[in-house]
Amino acid sequence: MDTKNVMIVGVGGQGSLLASKLLGKLLTAEGFDVKVSEVHGMSQRGGSVVTYVRFGDRVYSPVISRGEADFIVSFEKIEAARYADTLKKDGKIIVNSQMIDPMPVITGAAQYPEGVLDELRAKGVFVDEIDALSLAQQAGNAKSVNIVLMGRLAKYFDIEYDKWIAAIKESVKPQFVEVNLKAFDLGYNY
Amino acid sequence: MLQTDGAPRRNGGKYIVKKLMLGNEAIARGLYEAGVGLVSSYPGTPSTEITEFAAKYDEIYCEWAPNEKVATEVAFGASLRGLRSACAMKHVGLNVAADPLFTLSYTGVNGGMVIFVADDPAMHSSQNEQDSRHYAIAAKVPMLEPSDSAEAKDFVKAAFAISEEFDTPVIIRMCTRIAHSQGAVELCDRVERPLPPYEKNPQKYIMAPANAIRRHPFVEERTQKLRELGETSDLNRVEYGGAEKGIICSGTCYQYVKEVFGDSVSVLKLGLVNPLPVNIIRDFAAKVDKLYVIEELDGIIEQHLNSIGVPCVGKEMFPPIGEYNQTTIREAFGMEQPEYTAADTPVPVRPPVMCAGCPHRGLFYTLAKHKITCLGDIGCYTLGSAAPLFALDSTLCMGASVSGIHGFNKAGGKETEAKTVCVIGDSTFMHSGVTGLINIAYNASNSTVIILDNSITGMTGHQQNPTTGYNIKGDPALAVNLEALCRSIGIERVRVVDPYNLKECEEAVLEELAAEAPSVIISRRPCMLLKYVKKNPPVKVNEDKCIGCRQCMKLGCPAISIKNKKAHIDFTQCVGCDVCTQLCRFGAIEKGDR
Repeated sequence: MDTKNVMIVGVGGQGSLLASKLLGKLLTAEGFDVKVSEVHGMSQRGGSVVTYVRFGDRVYSPVISRGEADFIVSFEKIEAARYADTLKKDGKIIVNSQMIDPMPVITGAAQYPEGVLDELRAKGVFVDEIDALSLAQQAGNAKSVNIVLMGRLAKYFDIEYDKWIAAIKESVKPQFVEVNLKAFDLGYNY
Repeated sequence: MLQTDGAPRRNGGKYIVKKLMLGNEAIARGLYEAGVGLVSSYPGTPSTEITEFAAKYDEIYCEWAPNEKVATEVAFGASLRGLRSACAMKHVGLNVAADPLFTLSYTGVNGGMVIFVADDPAMHSSQNEQDSRHYAIAAKVPMLEPSDSAEAKDFVKAAFAISEEFDTPVIIRMCTRIAHSQGAVELCDRVERPLPPYEKNPQKYIMAPANAIRRHPFVEERTQKLRELGETSDLNRVEYGGAEKGIICSGTCYQYVKEVFGDSVSVLKLGLVNPLPVNIIRDFAAKVDKLYVIEELDGIIEQHLNSIGVPCVGKEMFPPIGEYNQTTIREAFGMEQPEYTAADTPVPVRPPVMCAGCPHRGLFYTLAKHKITCLGDIGCYTLGSAAPLFALDSTLCMGASVSGIHGFNKAGGKETEAKTVCVIGDSTFMHSGVTGLINIAYNASNSTVIILDNSITGMTGHQQNPTTGYNIKGDPALAVNLEALCRSIGIERVRVVDPYNLKECEEAVLEELAAEAPSVIISRRPCMLLKYVKKNPPVKVNEDKCIGCRQCMKLGCPAISIKNKKAHIDFTQCVGCDVCTQLCRFGAIEKGDR
């Protein structure tokens, strides 16, 4: 099997690391060779955060380069656009419609480009936009945005629903399992 | 403690457990399996998790030391006593630890000793892009460079074997993409190593000239023996893939090369990157039509090839700056790139910012308001240099703010002294700020030093330090009393302020700048990301009172924005620190309901 590439992007503090850990566990259990690349430190302080998950028969590079991603899962609206050039020609963007103003927008030095996803759609890019924040709140915790988005991603994967559930149970603290299973289901069936 | 991700599989009568691990976690596993007994480190991205994961093994004594020099010397002491020991640091940490390193090369080891150094090409979280391989060459110690998590663990064991066989400290060089990437690792058992009886050996360990003169020839001979090891060891290997192109690489570059070329080129993968071999390079070069060296940062392998007269192409094709990836390699070789689509609309940058409720903000606002010159240091508070506060004038290295302000004030005289401060965090002050403060007291400098005490090592992800009252395991520990320390050094003017109280900050800063004596202001409030810190309800904007003057925007708080010409609070981010409520002259920002 050719190596598959999932890029997870978002804003520091949104929980994208947990999402990549969950994927890593699941794909390892499925018998794939897996690499997950994170960047810690500076990027966590409300900055733009990027994680790469790669899996296949034999994965060499830990990073996904321009035009290589099968999926971009974006936790914030314009972060999807920031990294759109990493997407493969027939790749898919799954994006949370939540908007978080970056500092240049807050200080008035720049405008928030609200129409940027429409521009990508007009160029033929597949964009699956969901209101993950509302679904997370509906599940019982605004912080479960990450699992809502994993639920959405699962729709495009050939891995059984139950295996995702098992991986979630392994990845989150016992007291958060129920909320996260609900969040996953809401994303999956959105 | 041991988690099993994939199902264990039987192999030769033994269960083999594979686990997905960060490179740094794999290093810690290697330390465990190699029977290491002590790890002492100072945190630094991307090396921090080595020690954090090692601390999860009860069999390994782990600690946070005040700085990398101390950590390395602690590891030396343990090695001298016969224990396998290690220390971990980021690339710039090795600058601090360089002093013990260079002479450790002469003394060699008793128990094996390994120094982990993590480089940060592309500077994800660093102030420079230095290449640590220069240190291995300069200090004449062997250096290994793994290319993924599995190798990271294996190389730890190999490094300890080399350390003891060749009587040398060994450096393992990591980089961000190895340290912070997860890959599959096979778990093995720990091999315990009983502590041998101590034997005094002054000729080997007292590096006074008479002894050091005898140790230096040993070091030179050792380098020759290590070079021979590199010729035969499986740390270096050839993967033959035809005669057209030969590529010499190591670490993460090996992965990029394999990803782009697969098995269609010949690769000489180097695991022992100092000393570099000669014969296998010559043999490899003879088998290929054109030879390339692909290495991030400096052209060290390339220079070695030049010195042994092997023609190659290196830095003329690949930059000495930043990280590489598949795109870099395809571009350099003029290969076809995958198609992609980009948005034409510019997407505004999203730089890291001080968090909403960050205790540093109130103090930085005071400095910005009075246009005070401020020499900065290394930590979260470096972010105070960004818009709209622009509160800093310099950031050089750990501790340089406290030493630097003394020179700045001596150069500028009274007028400069009256409007200059420096800021340094609690952990950084322990690391190397205290020596600068001793200099201020001793050399009678009228300098104002602000210690931003947020009760944690923040930027690297919340590690304990000597001022916090807890050790690496989270157990209670002795806490250095910063006020008493500063007074005992000879600073008479020491005061503590709450950075959430703007009036108190302003009074303290202006009074200490006016005073004709050295002073220390301790701005004390724990990082609000700490779990034990109680958050208040978010503040509210009274839209009838808000005139949209944007005064609150001067704080650069990510929770405050202007919507429809009125201040707007993002309730998901605001922690109710109330700094903005003190700033609003119209009383338009009100405390949240509690």
